[in-house]
Amino acid sequence: MTQGTGTPQATQRHIPDRLVPGWQRGLKSWETLLLAVAVAIFIANSLASPWFLDPWNLSDASFNFTEKAMIAFAMALLIIAGDIDLSVASIIALASTVMGAAMVAGAPVPVLVALGIGTGLLCGAFNGLLVAGFGLPSIVVTIGTMSLFRGISYVALGDGAYTGYPAGFAYFGQGYVWWVFTFELALFALFALAFGLLLHGTAFGRAIYAIGNNATAARFSGIRVDRVRFILFLLTGVMSGIAAVCLTSRLGSTRPSIATGFELEVVTMVVLGGVSILGGSGSIPGVVLAALVMGLVTFGLGLLNVPGIVMSIIIGALLISVIALPRLWQMARR
Amino acid sequence: MTAMLKSREAILALAILVLLAVVAIRFPAFVRPGNLANVLTDTAPLIILALGQMAVILTKCIDLSMAANLALCGMVAGLMNVAGLPLAVILPAVIALGAILGAINGLLVWKLSIPSIVVTLGTMTIYRGIIFVLTDGKWINAHQMTEAFKALPRAIFLGLPVMTWTMIAIVAAFALIVARTPLGRALYAVGGNPHAAVYTGISVGRTQFLAFVISGALAGLTGYLWVARYAVAYVDIAAGFELDVVAACVIGGIAIAGGAGSVAGAVMGAIFLGIVKNALPVVGISPFAQMAISGVAILVAIAFNARAQGAKGRIILKKAEHKQLEAGA
Amino acid sequence: MLDATPAAPGADPVLSLRGISKSFPGVRALADVELDLYPGQVTALVGENGAGKSTIVKILTGIYQPDAGTISVNGTATHFPTAQAAGDAGVTAIHQETVLFDELTVAENIFIGHAPRGAFGLIDTGRMEREARALLRSIGADLDPRVRLRDLGIASKHLVAIARALSIDARVVIMDEPTAALSHKEIHELYDLVGKLKAQGKAILFISHKFDEIFRIADRWTVFRDGQFVGAGLMGEVTEARLVQLMVGREVDQIFPKRPARIGEPVLTVAGYSHPTEFEDIGFTLHRGEILGFYGLVGAGRSEVMQALFGITRPSRGACRIDGRVLALRGTADAISAGIVYVPEDRGRQGAVRGLPIFQNVTLPSLSRTTRGGFLRLAREFRLARDYTGRLDLRAASLDQDVGLLSGGNQQKVVIAKWLATRPRVIILDEPTKGIDIGSKAAVHDFMSELAAEGLAVIMVSSEIPEVLGMSDRVIVMREGRIAAEFAGAQMTPENLVRAAAGIEGEAA
Repeated sequence: MTQGTGTPQATQRHIPDRLVPGWQRGLKSWETLLLAVAVAIFIANSLASPWFLDPWNLSDASFNFTEKAMIAFAMALLIIAGDIDLSVASIIALASTVMGAAMVAGAPVPVLVALGIGTGLLCGAFNGLLVAGFGLPSIVVTIGTMSLFRGISYVALGDGAYTGYPAGFAYFGQGYVWWVFTFELALFALFALAFGLLLHGTAFGRAIYAIGNNATAARFSGIRVDRVRFILFLLTGVMSGIAAVCLTSRLGSTRPSIATGFELEVVTMVVLGGVSILGGSGSIPGVVLAALVMGLVTFGLGLLNVPGIVMSIIIGALLISVIALPRLWQMARR
Repeated sequence: MTAMLKSREAILALAILVLLAVVAIRFPAFVRPGNLANVLTDTAPLIILALGQMAVILTKCIDLSMAANLALCGMVAGLMNVAGLPLAVILPAVIALGAILGAINGLLVWKLSIPSIVVTLGTMTIYRGIIFVLTDGKWINAHQMTEAFKALPRAIFLGLPVMTWTMIAIVAAFALIVARTPLGRALYAVGGNPHAAVYTGISVGRTQFLAFVISGALAGLTGYLWVARYAVAYVDIAAGFELDVVAACVIGGIAIAGGAGSVAGAVMGAIFLGIVKNALPVVGISPFAQMAISGVAILVAIAFNARAQGAKGRIILKKAEHKQLEAGA
Repeated sequence: MLDATPAAPGADPVLSLRGISKSFPGVRALADVELDLYPGQVTALVGENGAGKSTIVKILTGIYQPDAGTISVNGTATHFPTAQAAGDAGVTAIHQETVLFDELTVAENIFIGHAPRGAFGLIDTGRMEREARALLRSIGADLDPRVRLRDLGIASKHLVAIARALSIDARVVIMDEPTAALSHKEIHELYDLVGKLKAQGKAILFISHKFDEIFRIADRWTVFRDGQFVGAGLMGEVTEARLVQLMVGREVDQIFPKRPARIGEPVLTVAGYSHPTEFEDIGFTLHRGEILGFYGLVGAGRSEVMQALFGITRPSRGACRIDGRVLALRGTADAISAGIVYVPEDRGRQGAVRGLPIFQNVTLPSLSRTTRGGFLRLAREFRLARDYTGRLDLRAASLDQDVGLLSGGNQQKVVIAKWLATRPRVIILDEPTKGIDIGSKAAVHDFMSELAAEGLAVIMVSSEIPEVLGMSDRVIVMREGRIAAEFAGAQMTPENLVRAAAGIEGEAA
């Protein structure tokens, strides 16, 4: 802007695009820290147990994180946008129940899969309608739907179970695509790529960051905030549905208590992945690394016969320390 | 007067009465004083914890570790009892332990500025895991506990069990603290306008820390009450209870954004859930439906909360302002 | 000046700052500044955005600690390690944003942090309410101390803030842009209050961008520029031009460059536009090359009309047409594709997305033009951002810097650049120079003229009469949600505007 006319173009200010090149910023990032942690755990594990480096064992271990990670990708997008969905585990329960009921009624495998994913979609739409449509706060809405969805499963199944899924159904959770790589692992890689491209490479992804940083200003900038948030809830719903298919297929049965506690592990994975719970920042590579770290830790501890509940202590402690340490470091430096 | 009638608490009280009436149609015995007293006793832990959670939510935080805290303190109480320590030592010890567990949450939030949902997600699993480490997964059963230990919560005093009196005392103390102490007012100030609170000399972090200590101490006390009343202690007691506690607060009108809500609301929210839980088997609805009904109750309460927050947008036109005043807003 | 007797020039300052410096990572907020506040006198603190005014307020209220320098209260050196300490020393501040709590009562707000205690250390509510009542009466406020703050209007909330200042028996009252959200009547009531505070011997630090205000109520002046102390003196001995010169460091003779108006054909026609609670029956026509001013008191409904035109809210009836085509706006994206853009008044919450870098802010509404096959193309984004920020002479370290780190004036430039990049037909600017330093103000005005000259249609919402009269080709005045009057040419006078806005009957000049 010139102060009056006639100022020559030569004095136009030149602002550089970037001061610090991308790779330098990358070095100091959360993802690099996670990578270092992952490598350290990998090394520690391989030293601690001779069975660790066996490819088939590692392949089995992947089930520790693949289903949760699939949901975590969608959850990461949602949390970056400033919302949260605590009902994902309950959506798994409901989707699994619907599949079980259809299975008992004789439905073929493709129908089962469609129903599972469809239930997830509908549950996501319900959440999305309440949060994005009516403007209700997502944390309490999804605490409510968390009870509602699993509650419906309990009403339908009581303390019983659906068992006897057809043989073809087992492929999703128990099948392999090539050598040690399971179908779930393939899905994990596929979704990592897809969500990564979506978040980091598209206008939709840019809108997610804008909404998470300042939803009002995003709305004032032409972004259809409510539509984006609704779609994000659909995504967590669908991914929960897909995870339900995989998990039910792997377990071979449906109980209303299926996947209890999953939602907290998913949120842990997302936060461990560097996504700020307050919204506005985070990345998919971070979530991928967090999934690997959590998988490595649980697998390694499992090999050492550590009971599951003690594992959760370690995961809980890991979550807090990974966030606390950088802050302690900053405080010590001042 | 109209304002009072339309208040959140009045609507809740009405909802509770309606609920009781509906149940009474099917099963009149439910509303007999004796039975109602039982329901109140049964709901006492939820009421106590809801008050603690309310203090935390008021300051714009959330405490997901309450149930784990309760379970750990309850187990420690049981262990101390088995080891032969008297109640006079056990009670202060578990309350102190609960307070310390809460203080850990509070410190991480205050000094390291870690969001409370992340902190309590972590401590939730850590505290419960510690129970396993302490007991190697073993239970403490009724026959291992002393009579005095188990009898205290159930001891009748002036017609009600000690557990109920404890709850009543805590409700009264809370009401006093919230309305008449600087800390109580600070809870609302910090949640309502954290930036402004700093200017008035209130430390946001310290207030949040104290809220966590309070909720932790209450969880500790309730841990003893739970374990003694049900006469059993194991790793999974009160699993999932933290969500019931949050639900009670939401139904009671405690705004999740902080800074608003009343003691009466939290208590009634808990009572509402308690009645639902106790009435279902009586009315003939499968107890498996309880979760779904809780879920619906929460969603309805949230919708109500949102409408009560008021219409968005400014009232500029005089005629619109008049309409709103006439409607008794 | 107000009719309170100022303290004799020989009186000593009650609060003195000397050599105060304060730095933050990357920026020197204050360098060796001095400030004196005298009992019973109003000192105006004047300076551009970024001059250091809000930093000095935070130091005075104990929120920040100075890196160097001394603070003296009544001649004794002291320091304020906490907000509590500053309050104990008798320093209180009334801010632009309400520094109060909606869920607490009036009495509790007044006494929060220092409520009177009774038995067992509990708050003595009876005494608190009595004292609150007395304080409110002393400032002529007719409020019930038991009412919750959320049930009061903004003027009443200000009164509560002032009562709070009185309750801590402040020696020094800092007022930071106190009239920003008040109506004319409320502003005059505030001036009376200031007079009362002066009569009680309090020292007042008055921060304002409005010169008419400063000249009306201040006894002394101090100017900061770029974090440095530039001068101080008595109000009676200085002129507006001299103050401006000190603030800016150079002569600024014309704030409102007039430029020739070549008004073209109508671009936007609004008729019968109404909203259930915000405005009624709004109709006007906007032409290419025109700057249409919208004047009115705060709360008249101007921003609401503009936000409806932009698609943020839905009107209940009426139509808005661009080039004769009726617009059905379901959201801001529709408005933007129709060529209507809105630069909001609340820059921080509605304008810039802090946390995102500058270039992403600039390209946010224009992503469809910088993406290929749905994927982002950073090179194109940077190019777009470079073009438009260059045109606005943005001052920043790099384009991928967080927009939140920029000064108010530069953030405004990013917001304007963002909208220009969408190549709009109609640009609505809502209080475009509010809270912006004089240098950037002139630049924004100059730029608006350029836009109009290029054929854009400009709507400017403003509450500053000189700005409205200087920049607009026509002025529409709104009052209480309706259009009160429209003025053009010789009829555009301050008196006509004020009369129409306040609803005063009388002959139009």
